[in-house]
Amino acid sequence: MSHSTKDALLAWVLRACAVAAGLIVVLIVVFLCLEAAPALRNAGWARFFTDPSWHPNRRAADGTFNLTPMLWGTFFAMTGAVLVATPLGVLSAAFLHFYAPKGLAVYYRRLIELLAGIPSVVYGFWGLVTLVPLINRVHPPGASLLAGIAILSIMILPTIALMADAALANVPRAYLHGAAALGLSRWGTLRGVVLPAARSGLFTGVILETGRAIGETMAILMVCGNVVQTPRSLFDPIRTLTANIALEMAYAMGDHRSALFVSGLMLMGQIVLLVAAAEYIGRGRVHG
Amino acid sequence: MADARAARAADAAAAALVWSSAVLVTGVFAWVLFDLVRLGAGQIDWAFLTGEPEDFGRGGGIGTILVSTGLILGVCMAVAAPLGLGTAVLLAEFTPDGSLLGLLVRRSLDVLAGVPSIVFGLFGNAFFCVYLGMGFSILSGGLTSACMVLPILIRSTEEGFRSVPDEYRMGAAALGMSRAAALRHILLPAASPGLVVGLTLGIGRALAETAALIFTSGYVARMPESLFDSGRALSLHIYDLSMNVSGGDPRACATALVLVALLLAINGSASWMAERWLHRKVSEA
Repeated sequence: MSHSTKDALLAWVLRACAVAAGLIVVLIVVFLCLEAAPALRNAGWARFFTDPSWHPNRRAADGTFNLTPMLWGTFFAMTGAVLVATPLGVLSAAFLHFYAPKGLAVYYRRLIELLAGIPSVVYGFWGLVTLVPLINRVHPPGASLLAGIAILSIMILPTIALMADAALANVPRAYLHGAAALGLSRWGTLRGVVLPAARSGLFTGVILETGRAIGETMAILMVCGNVVQTPRSLFDPIRTLTANIALEMAYAMGDHRSALFVSGLMLMGQIVLLVAAAEYIGRGRVHG
Repeated sequence: MADARAARAADAAAAALVWSSAVLVTGVFAWVLFDLVRLGAGQIDWAFLTGEPEDFGRGGGIGTILVSTGLILGVCMAVAAPLGLGTAVLLAEFTPDGSLLGLLVRRSLDVLAGVPSIVFGLFGNAFFCVYLGMGFSILSGGLTSACMVLPILIRSTEEGFRSVPDEYRMGAAALGMSRAAALRHILLPAASPGLVVGLTLGIGRALAETAALIFTSGYVARMPESLFDSGRALSLHIYDLSMNVSGGDPRACATALVLVALLLAINGSASWMAERWLHRKVSEA
């Protein structure tokens, strides 16, 4: 083979790889839609929000399919975790750049990376044997929204901390020199110069951690108690959308199975929105 | 003067806040590790690592689980590595910035990176298990995790190619090498650190995964006889023991400790390699 035919062949092989990799998302959406179609046809979108309860059945006509308690569960757990993890993560990044002695910063960054690598099932297990009994002593049953928020916060903390770390590293040196020349204190520099300058990176971090919080399954499933209800307090057990899928997929049939794919489709929709938002911010339109 | 004093007080308060959040994060990490070691370390011995689970996992070991996990990882990497390498080469070397194909593939990989693992599980179940008829099998689980690890694998492989200095490409072109030959003999060896880091991170990600495997590779804990057998992954074993088997906690903890140790080793070596190879390459360039 001549050089050019070999090169052309190579280019086609590579293109085929890229197209295959790119099509996986499409394939996922297509299969979610295909599997969700029966439930949407037999029950329709509205019933997922207006039915009196979640008592699914393989025949849509015989069951009730209200997903709103699960949506609220996901929403509360996610919001709580983001509210706890974001300040901790940003402060961690500030620690790395402005407070920690140099030797310590290296170890702290390594620690956060390791934290990011611990699997969710291990966090869930730890929550189950340590955190849930602890909360149970304060306010039974222990397996609760609070436990979910705590575990979820620990799990998404590395995401925001590492993103904030990168965002702070990108702040131009000249800004810091300017702040020093103005005689700003360390905190004044951080609050008045560094954090505003790093804003778009921090926003992207918050969006990414939100995505992780929504999609997290195993840890939440293990510590939240999984009762289908809209929580009234932090100590109420909840069930999230993801936990619902994991719990019921094993025996779901017919329209019930299909309804679980509808909730998968909802999750997918939320993630697409978040990625689009991250993209929008990444282009700097929110900047300044 | 009062202003200056207030500013100093705010500065001190902020410093206290920053230090205490760092201490809190470190404390939680230490707490998790301490609990795992305290509850699990005593049970880990050779018999545990090689034995078969007995009495639904309350006794015995995790030998068969380790084999299943290894097979799932093997399938995952056998598929994801070539596909990821090809895509990364295309993105880094063969597409001009702003080409439509490059843009679309990148965008789609961004979304893929954000897909929750339970959705991968749904997809894997519908596509690999049911549509392609593979059933609950190591093959289904491996292929599902391959889809999952692709974005992270492609990103760091691409990074590896981008850190190769342009002089290498020009040198190859000046020698009249075809692009295929340049890729094979010059770029690939020079970019291999990125690929190795990507593979390592991918293995870590797949190893940590649970939700995507419940409905694809299944629960069966005995020794798999072929890739079409169902096989239980380490992470799933932990889940099953702690949620579905009463009295399974001690063994679950020991398994968790093994998994965490594996992951710390894998992720630690990935970041060590990334620091050592990728950054030095960048600074040399």
